[in-house]
Amino acid sequence: MKQQEKEKEYEAYVKEKTPVRKPGPAMAKAFVTGGIICTIGQAILNACEKAGMSKDISASWCSLILILASVVLTGFGIYPKIANWGGAGALVPITGFANSVAAPAIEYKKEGQVFGIGCKIFTIAGPVILYGVFTSWVLGLLYWIGTLIGIV
Amino acid sequence: MNAIKGTQSIAFSESPYLVSAGSVAGKKEGEGPLGKYFDIASEDDLFGEKTWELAEGTMQKLACMLALKNAGVQPEEVRYLFGGDLLRQGIATSMGAEELQIPVFGLFGACSTSGEALALAAMTVAAGYGDLVLAATSSHFGSAEKEFRFPLGYANQRPLSSTWTVTGSGAFLVGKKKSRVRISGVTIGKIVDYGLKDSQNMGACMAPAACDTILQNLMDFGRDEKDYDRIITGDLGYVGQSILFDLLRKKGLDIKENHMDCGMTIFDQQTQHTNSGGSGCGCAAITLAAYIMPQLISGEWKRILFVPTGALMSTVSFNEGESVPGIAHGIVLEHC
Amino acid sequence: MDYINAFWVGGLICALAQILLDRTKMMPGRVMVSLVVLGCILGFVQIFKPLQEYAGAGVSVPLLGFGNTLWNGVKEAVDKEGFIGIFLGGFKAGAAGISGALIFGYIASWIFEPKMKE
Repeated sequence: MKQQEKEKEYEAYVKEKTPVRKPGPAMAKAFVTGGIICTIGQAILNACEKAGMSKDISASWCSLILILASVVLTGFGIYPKIANWGGAGALVPITGFANSVAAPAIEYKKEGQVFGIGCKIFTIAGPVILYGVFTSWVLGLLYWIGTLIGIV
Repeated sequence: MNAIKGTQSIAFSESPYLVSAGSVAGKKEGEGPLGKYFDIASEDDLFGEKTWELAEGTMQKLACMLALKNAGVQPEEVRYLFGGDLLRQGIATSMGAEELQIPVFGLFGACSTSGEALALAAMTVAAGYGDLVLAATSSHFGSAEKEFRFPLGYANQRPLSSTWTVTGSGAFLVGKKKSRVRISGVTIGKIVDYGLKDSQNMGACMAPAACDTILQNLMDFGRDEKDYDRIITGDLGYVGQSILFDLLRKKGLDIKENHMDCGMTIFDQQTQHTNSGGSGCGCAAITLAAYIMPQLISGEWKRILFVPTGALMSTVSFNEGESVPGIAHGIVLEHC
Repeated sequence: MDYINAFWVGGLICALAQILLDRTKMMPGRVMVSLVVLGCILGFVQIFKPLQEYAGAGVSVPLLGFGNTLWNGVKEAVDKEGFIGIFLGGFKAGAAGISGALIFGYIASWIFEPKMKE
């Protein structure tokens, strides 16, 4: 018990001593970065709908174009620089997801197509897919039960 | 007469000498405050190889050959090589040592490996088991980041407490051959764990170990902190240094005047965006080889305590929720 | 007008996530997972749709949108196929995003080399 107390004490002390980014500037940069990416997304959506595409297809095109842009920027080493400045503004949009797939693909090719890229491409993004699909499954189950008992 | 001292130390009388050193650094290190001191500062972080791991192996090999060249010694004359790095199964060391064809001991001490290697090399020479022994270590930003954090292309924003793994290799020739610097004593560290689980705040994880070894060294040798011109830690960084000062102050010691940290010295925090400083086995090693040694050779510093620190975690242990303990080894170096 | 809404809502979500990154010890992976799961839940409790009508890409571009897409896919599949829909809908709806990232990421590995950070 005494050991645990000492550890908690040290943890609290370290928290005090460890500098964190000033929230104001960091949030502002994230705001601007994320805002710009979303605005670009909006422009793509508008252009697609103007061309007569349905909402679903427009959304898919929006995702694909942003993903492609992110992958290219990742390849040229530019996306990491954007994230260095914009923090969560680069992580939160779907471009962050794309970067988390492209980066391992590029890095692990030295370990081969199967054991390098194949095994490790989802090393960062895997949890997003797993927990996204699982959550939708759980909620789907609840929804289905809801339809059965008539509350939906 | 060599003698064991206290509970963790050894004093060498007709000591092993730090005969020569070799330092190989990468691009960012070459652009830093110590850039002009390194034997080699390469623009190409791949060192002409295909992978980061091969590059790191090549750096170790180059550092060893530079140390040998600086002493006019051939590889065949070296009895043993003590080497280590950060990577799984110590592959950079194996790849580098293979070409040298010197009998090799592979070590793991995380970022304290330079201390561990120097201590073992000194003990081997002092005990009469070799006239010339090499101690080498390395780290590489590309290989370390990939193994411990994220692939290089990943767009993450580093917290302010994080440190930057140094791309560098330092090698030291330890032996009976007289030189201007001798290893007069070593203090082998114990693992010290204050229960911290933050792998992005290495300085805080390792500071307790540095404190423990420094205290033990002073106790075993009957010295106080002012007896050293410098007490030099490996890579505590800005955050770790501050914590170390507090921990030692609680024990009645003040090292503010004579403390130096290799991680804080090797990069310019303002212009190179390295947050808390440099880290990795190579950090302490190349700083010792390129920057500290000349000061000892010239007599600018007469006696220093070199304390590289390591964080003993693996990606598995960290994911399994284990804490990050630290270790630190103390090497007493004297001008002679 | 919709550009302004997309900008400030998207920016706000990112600014809030920035607090998570800086103030807690959450790693980026956890933040991404939290956003996707939250998106699913917002879709389930029918809050996402009105948000999307107001802010457009401001909520659909962040990973919240991906979560909602997965939820919608499952909902439609359950409406259509019943119980088995809970297995059919998720991946199918997320296909564009996942395939896009996978395929473009893989092709990128043919073209680009890993670069040291500066």
